[in-house]
Amino acid sequence: MDAANYLYLSALLFTIGAVGVVVRRNAIVVFMCIELMLNAANLAFVTFSRINGDLNGQVVAFFTMVVAACEVVVGLAIIVTIYRSRRSASVDDASLLKR
Amino acid sequence: MTTSNSLVYLIALPLLGATILLLAGRRADKWGHLLGTLMSASSFGVGLYQLSQMLSRSNEARPVTQKLFEWISVGTFNVDAGLLLDQLSICFVLLITGVGTLIHIYSISYMSHDHDRRRFFAYLNLFIAAMLLLVLGNSYLNLYVGWEGVGLASYLLIGFWNQKPAYATASKKAFVMNRIGDMGLSFAIMIAFATIGTVSFEGIKEHAHHTSTGALTAIGIMLLVAATGKSAQFPLQAWLGDAMAGPTPVSALIHAATMVTAGVYLITRSNFIFDAAPTAQLLVVIVGAITLLFGALIGTAKDDIKKALAASTMSQIGYMILGAGLGPVGYAFAIMHLLTHGFFKAGMFLGAGSVMHGMNDEVNMRKYGALRKFMPITFVTFGLGYLAILGVPPFAGFYSKDMIIETAFNSGGTKGIILGVVTLLGAGITAFYMTRVMILTFTGKSRWDAEAHPHESPILMWLPMAILAVGSVSSGFLLSRGDALVNWLAPLFEHHGEHEELLAPIVVSGLALAMVAIGVAVAFLKYSRQEVAAVAPENVSVFTKIARQDLMQDSFNEAVFMRPGQLLTSALVKTDEHVIDGAVRGVAQLALGSGSVLRGVQSGFVRSYAALILIGAALLIAAIWVVI
Amino acid sequence: MVDLAISVGTTQNPEAILFWVLAPLTVAAALGMLLVKKAVHSAILMASVMINLAIFYIAQDALFLGIVQIVVYTGAVMMLFLFILMLVGVDSSDSLTETITGLRPIAIVASVGFGGLLISLIGRATLGRSAVGLSEANMNGNVKGLASLLFSTYVWPFEVVSALLITAALGAMVLAHHQRIQTRPTQREMSTARFRGESLANAAGLPGPGVYARHNAVDVPALLPDGTPAANSINATLKARGDMLTSGSFELGKVDTSAEEEK
Repeated sequence: MDAANYLYLSALLFTIGAVGVVVRRNAIVVFMCIELMLNAANLAFVTFSRINGDLNGQVVAFFTMVVAACEVVVGLAIIVTIYRSRRSASVDDASLLKR
Repeated sequence: MTTSNSLVYLIALPLLGATILLLAGRRADKWGHLLGTLMSASSFGVGLYQLSQMLSRSNEARPVTQKLFEWISVGTFNVDAGLLLDQLSICFVLLITGVGTLIHIYSISYMSHDHDRRRFFAYLNLFIAAMLLLVLGNSYLNLYVGWEGVGLASYLLIGFWNQKPAYATASKKAFVMNRIGDMGLSFAIMIAFATIGTVSFEGIKEHAHHTSTGALTAIGIMLLVAATGKSAQFPLQAWLGDAMAGPTPVSALIHAATMVTAGVYLITRSNFIFDAAPTAQLLVVIVGAITLLFGALIGTAKDDIKKALAASTMSQIGYMILGAGLGPVGYAFAIMHLLTHGFFKAGMFLGAGSVMHGMNDEVNMRKYGALRKFMPITFVTFGLGYLAILGVPPFAGFYSKDMIIETAFNSGGTKGIILGVVTLLGAGITAFYMTRVMILTFTGKSRWDAEAHPHESPILMWLPMAILAVGSVSSGFLLSRGDALVNWLAPLFEHHGEHEELLAPIVVSGLALAMVAIGVAVAFLKYSRQEVAAVAPENVSVFTKIARQDLMQDSFNEAVFMRPGQLLTSALVKTDEHVIDGAVRGVAQLALGSGSVLRGVQSGFVRSYAALILIGAALLIAAIWVVI
Repeated sequence: MVDLAISVGTTQNPEAILFWVLAPLTVAAALGMLLVKKAVHSAILMASVMINLAIFYIAQDALFLGIVQIVVYTGAVMMLFLFILMLVGVDSSDSLTETITGLRPIAIVASVGFGGLLISLIGRATLGRSAVGLSEANMNGNVKGLASLLFSTYVWPFEVVSALLITAALGAMVLAHHQRIQTRPTQREMSTARFRGESLANAAGLPGPGVYARHNAVDVPALLPDGTPAANSINATLKARGDMLTSGSFELGKVDTSAEEEK
């Protein structure tokens, strides 16, 4: 089996995540799509690690996970804060910057 | 060449006076005029001391220099702020400080009723300092500082009574026309720097021999432009008549004796340039010839006593410029005429001031008449000046003006004959209009206004007049006795072979005296035998009308320079508004338009931004796809 | 040049089966995430994607990461997501109609372009040397191998990332913290307010929501004795979120008042 298949899968998942960020309005779903993109990148890193025969790729994936965790924590806190004041989790409602 | 440390006091003393008087303000009102006079007189004292020192040295050692400080030092271009006192400058120094001091004394009384007398003296001191810097500078750049300084002082003094709009305008006019000349001087300095690489008199004199004639001609023409501006020569002569708006002592000092002769000084000082540039020299002669007739013709029609004298000044400076343009033989006579003219014209201006003082500041000669009995001293001093300017022997003008006429005749060829005729004609017209001034002012019946109470002026006023009258009588004789001035100045100028004499001196003198006699006779017939109207008659010939209009000089300037200038400025304003502002607004419109187009992208929706990022990422990958 | 697409590893055929079974499921789950209306369904699908990815990690000799993926992502992060979903309304479903004109076609075109280019780029890409498996690197075990890297080469980034994690935790607390602008009323004060209020109607406390055994009824208003719903029996948050049900189906029929009238 080609290890490259994992890379194709990774690219596909990443693209799906990107589309999700653009088309979904619910901030939580948007966040999940971002997580999907990060995970797709992680998959690519793990595959590269396997292809190259050293563990550096896995270390980077590990760091990505930690950073993703941080991002989720802060991002969800922001969503909660916005929800508290606007009673909505739609990213379209938070569009005050245009005026 | 000798060095000295005391030259700077010549300038520093009056400058100190001006500074104190200007900074002290009203506190100095009580003693300001005394301080100003003292400073001028002490400067005169320093001048006399320098003269005595100079006399005790040999010809070669007479020029004195003093380096004040290093002014500009850029690469190979070095200009020191330095002073040079040589045989030529000392003449000017003594004239400026001597006549200046007399006029200071005169002004104490003349301006005694003026609220701002202290300021007047401050400006006078400033003028003396600037004029001394002009004649003492050892390079064109130093001269230029003084040149601008006297322009400033002249502007301030012409507009001294600037509460009258006409006077303020007159000062502005003088300033603007002087600026044109100043541009000439600055151009001359720039050309000298560009072609010769130095701006000092000494340096240029050294390099003049191996500099191209074209460059020297250009410098000479630019210097001539400068001289026409400052000395009110054709075609920049129009400001002098209006400059009579200033107080009469100013007219006497600045616009008769000293500042207006700066052009003559400049040309004489630049003799090494003009001697090597015959074209420029010819132009100098032409300008002088035109102006001497121009001024004389204006003088015949003026009823304003000061303006008649101003026209006469213009004409007499025309003589000097002409003399200076005749080359080495003429320089000394130009300077001699300048000195004698400084005496008699300043004396006559002070006389005019004295008359005005007695006649409630009336300047119209048609409202004078019969003042001889009421102002005997003024009449006598003015009369002596009158005889001097006419060139009646043995008065001063006879020696100086006749020498110029004679030199003109002897300058050779057709040019000599034309110049000789012009100068003779000028002498005749001068005799006519000066006699007219004398007759209208001092003789005949009184045509005074009802409230006029003519009286003789106080001693502080007539004493300077008397001293100047003595000068008018004796200066010519003293200066030409044994060719004193010519020999004194001779080391400065290059000598050429003697010209052949077209006419013997005695013949020239005879011709000149004949012309003068004709002029005087015509004036007698016209103004003494006939009744003089108190109001200028209107039904006069078109020539008189033109002469009253200063030979259309203002109309000419207005039509040739002012109107096109206004058109140009309004065109430029339109260009500015439509083309330049249009371009600027167009850029703003472009920014605005593209902004409003691009604003659509900034929807504020984070998802549309995300879509843009996605597009960008796709393009980036496409780029990589293409590159790899 | 050796093609990147190269068979690696020892468990060739079983891995291929694993991949071809799980990869379509993963993609389907990821697509489903986009297409379902309810955020909570998206979260479930996301969790399944993550579990699949964990399996892929393990299949590729990344044992440690696979376990971490399940523990951290599927366990902690997804729980966090679900928790927040509960907080903002688990039942609320999104409308999938696009409100920004032209965004959807743009997104589809851009994503198809992006994905297509990326995949074709991977297809074209070549690696400078032959690919190797991880069997050598994992000789002492995957965890030991990772640990020796993390605590030697990557120790500085590791410490920095730990600082980032702590900062993020603090940041989340700061963001979520609600600054009181008034002192919290004590029970005594609230009690006093109830009795000193305009009416004594609520003196005994607000009515609880209707309780119906077959339903989590905190979202249904209680019925007053006359049969009308008591609006103030519902939590204000639920009301604001629009998760309130009508009590109509639980209401009594018309109240028979004839007995009283007979008196």
